[in-house]
Amino acid sequence: MLRLLALLTLALCAALPARAEKVVAGLSQNRVSITATFVGSEILIFGAVKRDAPPPSDSPLQVIVVVEGPAHPVTVRKKDRRFGIWINTDAIELAAAPSFYAVATSAPLTETLSILDDLKHVISVERSIRISDNPFTNEDPRDFTRALIRIREKSGLYKLMENSVTLQEETLFDTRIALPSNLTEGDYRTRIYLTREGSVASQYETVINVQKVGLERWIFNLAHEQPLVYGILSLVIAIAAGWGASALFRVILRT
Amino acid sequence: MQIYLPIAEVSVNAFLLLGLGGIVGVLSGMFGVGGGFLMTPLLFFIGIPPAVAVATEANQIVASSFSGVLAHLKRKTVDLRMGVVLLIGGLIGAALGVQLFNALKAIGQVDLLVKLSYVVFLGIIGSLMFVESLRALMKTRGGTVVPTRRKHTWVHNLPFKMKFRTSGLYISVIPPILVGVLVGILAAIMGVGGGFIMVPAMIYLLGMPTKVVVGTSLFQIIFVTAFTTLLHATTNFTVDMGLAVLLLIGGVVGAQIGARIGVKLKAEQLRVLLALMVLVVCGKLALDLLIQPAELYEIGAKGGH
Repeated sequence: MLRLLALLTLALCAALPARAEKVVAGLSQNRVSITATFVGSEILIFGAVKRDAPPPSDSPLQVIVVVEGPAHPVTVRKKDRRFGIWINTDAIELAAAPSFYAVATSAPLTETLSILDDLKHVISVERSIRISDNPFTNEDPRDFTRALIRIREKSGLYKLMENSVTLQEETLFDTRIALPSNLTEGDYRTRIYLTREGSVASQYETVINVQKVGLERWIFNLAHEQPLVYGILSLVIAIAAGWGASALFRVILRT
Repeated sequence: MQIYLPIAEVSVNAFLLLGLGGIVGVLSGMFGVGGGFLMTPLLFFIGIPPAVAVATEANQIVASSFSGVLAHLKRKTVDLRMGVVLLIGGLIGAALGVQLFNALKAIGQVDLLVKLSYVVFLGIIGSLMFVESLRALMKTRGGTVVPTRRKHTWVHNLPFKMKFRTSGLYISVIPPILVGVLVGILAAIMGVGGGFIMVPAMIYLLGMPTKVVVGTSLFQIIFVTAFTTLLHATTNFTVDMGLAVLLLIGGVVGAQIGARIGVKLKAEQLRVLLALMVLVVCGKLALDLLIQPAELYEIGAKGGH
């Protein structure tokens, strides 16, 4: 009986803060337009914690913000030395990897999130890569996914920004996420998590729409919908430019 | 000035692309090479996806070789008849090459085979050419002008003879067609226009004068790369018009300049420079194979869109 009561109070205590705190958030912009002179964009993500009761004082509140680009299948190749020369020996096809992935947190990620909740909510970049539904190689794919993350981190596509979310009085928070200039089109899923003691207390989800506009849109559509016309047009431009330069030089050299 | 490329989906500096196009254009006009072997790694380096780089640069080469051919036509240094014969061979070779490529791919390790044959092939051509042209250069420096003697070899005893007036040749069409086929096969396998294999072949195998070789090579490159562009545009959707326009503005101007530099140079000097360039490319490929890369892994897009 006593044990049951203890369990019950424990469960209540664990469940209470989850119900009591709710995240409300907004973005500086929900739409990113890629024009010919697009050089990247910075998005301000801000919000507040709504609560019915005073915040529990025992554990600090933490905030995690995740912005995730559309996922594509990816092949990762590995070079190895055979007969004195370096050649591609192994390759692995990953079912899906996000084209962009940024995680911003208010404290080091290991302190803000437990492994269990990371698994459940797919928050860290390692979890976001879907390896395969049925692996066909006995090679360890972890080396390959780690390499993928390393390469994309170097080119600024994957980033983990710890301590970059500012949280004021456990209520107001904001962070900035820079979208690089080499952005792919699509819907960028944006998630905000409130955590206490490593477990998610509340979450909010929205989408940033990234789209090509104007000339970029027109060229892209033409290339995919009328490939033959597009190819011929490219050749016409090439021939015209070649002829134009020749004519120009004739005029310049004559004068 | 940063420009966002619609197909490559990256933002790059427009002036950097104009400059790259210009440099490769000068080489193209001077030596009669497409410059793809040089442009591809440069585009990779500035972050253009490989598939887009290969396809788009074919489009750019169409422009710079067309520009170069016009400059050479004015100087009457294009053998149109020879160009057509080489092109016929080239198209047959390209068709064969694609079949061979697919067959090799089924076996695996096609990549390695291509690279190895590239290194061996370029190494031999480059060093032979370098030694030959250097010797020729020394002789003219010494003051003893060597009369260009027409050597009669087995090449001159084949049937189907044809007059190539611009080249000053009266030879059978079989060797030029065979050269075209060979270059076509190599071009299809290696994914390049094949100019810098074609040029030495025309000089040494067919005995064409160096001046004519450059314009004639450019002439046939136009058709090969135009075909490649269409193929990439319709099957892979990887030709980036924005990138191509930026590259070809630089390229066509460069080709005009290059063609004029080439005419001013002596044939031997031109050959020494071409030989050096071939050796540099060969050396770079060899180093790639021999030196441990900083990053053992690489990402290749699968499918993409």
